[in-house]
Amino acid sequence: MYLATTGRRDTSAPPSTGGAGRRVPGTVLALGTVSLVTDISSEMVTAVLPLYLVLGLGLSPLQFGFLDGLFNGGSAVVRLLAGHAADRGHRHKRVAGIGYALSACSRLGLLLAGGAATGIAAALATDRIGKGIRTAPRDALITLSSPPDALGRSFGVHRAMDTTGALLGPLAAFALLGATADAYDAVFVVSFCVGLLGVLLLVLYVPGHRPAPSTPVSTPRTGKAFGALRDPAFRRIVAAAALLGAATIGDAFVYLLLQRRLNLPVGWFPLLPLGAAACYLVLAVPAGRIADRAGRRLPFLYGHLALLAVYTVLLAPADGPPLLLLVPVLALLGVFYATTDGVLMALAGSVLPPDGSAGGLALLQTGQALSRMLAAAGFGAAWTVWGPRPALWAATSVLLAALAGGWALLPRTASDAPGSAEPPGDQNPERRTA
Amino acid sequence: MTARFPGPPNPLGPRARIAVLVAAVLLLAAGSVGYVLHSEARSDGQRGAADASFTLDGPALYFRDTATGRVAHQPLAGTRGDRTTGGPVCDRFHAAGGTALCLRAKPGVLPKTYAIVLDRRLREVRRITVPGIPTRARVSASGRMLAWTVFATGDSYATTAFSTRTAVLDLRTGYLIKSIEEIPLTIDGARHHAPDVNYWGVTFARDDNRFYATVSTKGRTYLVEGDMKNWSATALRQNAECPSLSPDNTRIAFKKKLSGDPAAPWRLYVLDLRTMREWPLAETRGVDDQAAWLDDGTIAYALPGAGGGRTSDIWTVPADGTGAPHKAVAGGSSPVAVG
Repeated sequence: MYLATTGRRDTSAPPSTGGAGRRVPGTVLALGTVSLVTDISSEMVTAVLPLYLVLGLGLSPLQFGFLDGLFNGGSAVVRLLAGHAADRGHRHKRVAGIGYALSACSRLGLLLAGGAATGIAAALATDRIGKGIRTAPRDALITLSSPPDALGRSFGVHRAMDTTGALLGPLAAFALLGATADAYDAVFVVSFCVGLLGVLLLVLYVPGHRPAPSTPVSTPRTGKAFGALRDPAFRRIVAAAALLGAATIGDAFVYLLLQRRLNLPVGWFPLLPLGAAACYLVLAVPAGRIADRAGRRLPFLYGHLALLAVYTVLLAPADGPPLLLLVPVLALLGVFYATTDGVLMALAGSVLPPDGSAGGLALLQTGQALSRMLAAAGFGAAWTVWGPRPALWAATSVLLAALAGGWALLPRTASDAPGSAEPPGDQNPERRTA
Repeated sequence: MTARFPGPPNPLGPRARIAVLVAAVLLLAAGSVGYVLHSEARSDGQRGAADASFTLDGPALYFRDTATGRVAHQPLAGTRGDRTTGGPVCDRFHAAGGTALCLRAKPGVLPKTYAIVLDRRLREVRRITVPGIPTRARVSASGRMLAWTVFATGDSYATTAFSTRTAVLDLRTGYLIKSIEEIPLTIDGARHHAPDVNYWGVTFARDDNRFYATVSTKGRTYLVEGDMKNWSATALRQNAECPSLSPDNTRIAFKKKLSGDPAAPWRLYVLDLRTMREWPLAETRGVDDQAAWLDDGTIAYALPGAGGGRTSDIWTVPADGTGAPHKAVAGGSSPVAVG
């Protein structure tokens, strides 16, 4: 039988000879469709939420900020637990399904909450928890259903479909608001229906993975949620991602700096993320394929060079036409996401054992998210104390240092990692006592 | 197919799956379309102007009727229920001296606000479109000076925090200040320079020159006194938001933040400008509104309605801190006494 070659460390990713001609695995396309539909649903709500809370309910921005920041940290714990649960007995599909279903039902919660702040907070928290639950199992499913030499492309395709949904969501929401004279409840109902469709697509078209018959289910290699960290190659990847994450100030600040530099009308602000997302959408697949050929390590590092370029462009004393600043920054941000987001998953997916992939990816995503949160908070503080330019200079130096660190940390090829565990052979599965 | 682990055979064959999917899509689409059509029917399609018979004639309490989104009025000493509807559609409303200011939200990918200036007959005389979500509107007693505040997303440090933009319009000269954030500001005797200043909740004195507002900077809020002619602002004291000057110009009603509870951080207070003494009002619930003086002894404000959702009620309370809140209008917001 054909068994997973994830965890295979004997060779670097082979040049994908037939990769270009081969089809993207059906499971990846199915998951991409699920993500596309789900993102339409969730971005519909995200786009109208500020309006709904402030105008519809007369909440103050303070309360809105509080609601919005709610459970951002809490979802990290949920993410780790869900990743671990998915690995136990290969319940990726089930765990991801629960996450999707929770998020879909949270729209109904918004509808039923009416104006009660607690109800709205609960609905938003449910949505966040659902997102936390599903992300790692979904990425693990992508890993498990793709040939290892085409992981990058699979993630690229998935992320491109995901981003398409994120772009369509707000358009759908505002079309609805326009048609119904601001009936926010109509947006929530439609979002709920679209979300349910996403869950149904998952149930119908994503195969539930069964462990290979000879792989014992009862003793997953990852005895603990942090079991994946025992692998030195994976440890290096997590460390590098966290290190580079700590130099990523966050899109919000990039857009803010852009707006201040260009004196953009405030109303244009919401369009900036759309520009970067469109660029990401276009580049996700090519970046994934390049990563498959070039071994993923370099694209991931070069992607951060694109971020460095963003910082540099923002620091440049250019007084040219605004587009000269706007277009490169948004394009470079798109490049940064295309070459780091899915590529990092592919990089990690190729060293994680199949029965530890969801837990490992959850760990990686959480580490990256937490360090990015720290970076954003630190940059915000630096901005307040020193002003924007010195803060940006600081961010640039931190990123340069992180790049040097990442360069040293990231395993050059999987086989470079000394002492890495041998692949999970199906003949003699390694039993560890956790 | 390159799946690592052949999945368990799906209990449904490909044709059955398609059938289930199509049925579900039809069902969900029908539900969505039905609900949207129902919502469309619910909104009466009337968006905008006031009925011809509806004018600014006092003395009456004007307010936004939350059920219809249109401005309505009732007698000042009114018993509930005898309201006259048919005003313009507004999200925020204020009027004085024969001029009304109506802020109307225009949702979209880029949320906009129409600041609509209306005359005594509530006919539109000027319309200014600004980006953001409407929050505060004020007209000076003479009807000459107008100010409004909108929330603008993404113009501040935290992604989710709003920043505010406050504009001032002088109807006599037609001069519009799109944002007053550049006004030279003095805090504790020193010129204050910071990129994070936000102003909101302007209230004008009778001379159409002096005004009060809230400024927030470095995480603190201040009550500022501003001067239009000299174009300067001075912070008077900390922790006072959404000021509202009494008709005799001696006192200011404002929101004071008392707790970190995000659900109800503010209480209504009144400050005597001569003695700088302040006292809480008898309203113990959290109020998030720029209060309106119905007369020199009575303050009106909106509180979320018991029904939840998008409803609110208008309450009144004595300005001297005595007495108890009294519900004046069920299902209303933006109260203003038109004399």
